[in-house]
Amino acid sequence: MTYKISVTVNGRAYERDVEPRLLLSDFLRHDLALTGTHVGCEHGVCGACTILFDGEPVRSCILLAVQADGHALTTVEALAPSPGELHPLQQAFWECHGLQCGFCTPGFLMTLVPFLEENPDPSEAEIRQAISGNLCRCTGYQHIVDAVKLAAERRRQAAVE
Amino acid sequence: MKPAPFEYQAPASLEAALDALARHGGDAKLLAGGQSLIPVMNFRLAEPALLIDINKLAELDFIRRDEEGHLRIGALVRQRRLERDPLVAAMAPLLHEAVPFIAHPQIRNRGTFGGSLAHADPAAELPALAVALGARFRLQRAGGDRWVAAEEFFAGLFATALEPDEMLVEAAIPPPPARTGWAFLEVARRHGDYAQVGVAARVTLDDSGRCREARLVYLSVGDAPVVAREAARLLAGQQLSPEAIAAAAEKAAGDEMDPLGDIHATPEFKRHLARVLTRRVLQKAGERARNGANLS
Repeated sequence: MTYKISVTVNGRAYERDVEPRLLLSDFLRHDLALTGTHVGCEHGVCGACTILFDGEPVRSCILLAVQADGHALTTVEALAPSPGELHPLQQAFWECHGLQCGFCTPGFLMTLVPFLEENPDPSEAEIRQAISGNLCRCTGYQHIVDAVKLAAERRRQAAVE
Repeated sequence: MKPAPFEYQAPASLEAALDALARHGGDAKLLAGGQSLIPVMNFRLAEPALLIDINKLAELDFIRRDEEGHLRIGALVRQRRLERDPLVAAMAPLLHEAVPFIAHPQIRNRGTFGGSLAHADPAAELPALAVALGARFRLQRAGGDRWVAAEEFFAGLFATALEPDEMLVEAAIPPPPARTGWAFLEVARRHGDYAQVGVAARVTLDDSGRCREARLVYLSVGDAPVVAREAARLLAGQQLSPEAIAAAAEKAAGDEMDPLGDIHATPEFKRHLARVLTRRVLQKAGERARNGANLS
């Protein structure tokens, strides 16, 4: 048995028939071919599959696609303004070496974009707490923290100008 | 890791959800936030025949003060809303202080108040907090309801007073007496991980500044929230001196709990954490009670 769902992903409307057991992360990757959302642990621990659900970060591997019916999702594909340009947070990750293999990066970005909206001037402790739900096995987190600081600083400067 | 196939219903009213529960009872699971249920389904540790998705039941998403001054919280309130809600902060500051310890924002954005209570994980914060606050839960079935005190609701490891056809629909939290202070602390290896030990304290002082009533409730040290009754009794009638607090902490961490060890913490280490955290929360709760904070 399948269910018809209507979802808006990155501003575009989609209608699809889905099995109820289809995970939202698999729906994004397999049905919509939005493979930027990564699937790590598949039980809500590693944070790699983090997306925005009506603007708030959630883990798409422990949501069902049917539950997204009528909701608006944002994935990492929506961040960069154009193919040749990065989102300021992505730019900061690049400059600070906030990624190595890059597998966890989409989840970090989708966790941190709303975090910086809510807290534009975070302390290091607040940044570390904000990323406590995302696992990175390469960086040791230090360069991710540096990237968030840099992005926050640029964001504040841009707001002043 | 994908869930086994199941039937799915997303009723638009509480009545329809309760009817579905009455028909399917033991074969069905209610899906609220799904932050514990979907992982165990992904592992296929749970293979319910039917999921009744209650996320459309807007009537269960409320926070209000009732006529008797009790704080009423609907089962479908997301934990993130609990964390941010000004009425919760004013009427149940213990909840306001403790909810940010629940997992991570990604989880709290979906996880619900009622879902965590009904799941009854002994390592979860909300069951222990509900017991500490003296909350009562309304359990509804098609054609009737009943109220159960939080302390009687939790029956053991993932076990509650809920019958297969019942849904926990709301909680009522009584207003605390005057001169009441509160505190919550937990220790986890990483912020948001399951706590190795956590404790919620509430202390009410009398006019002379002596402890009239204390309440200490622990998570992660038993198969349900653990209430340290003897420790609380030791404090009654006492000034909250460092000696009295230390004696209560010793009692609570001694024969009032029986923590199981795991790879990260031996039972003795958990007792040590419980002892230290108990001293800290009692100290803090006592200060707040003395400083005229009259809410818990």
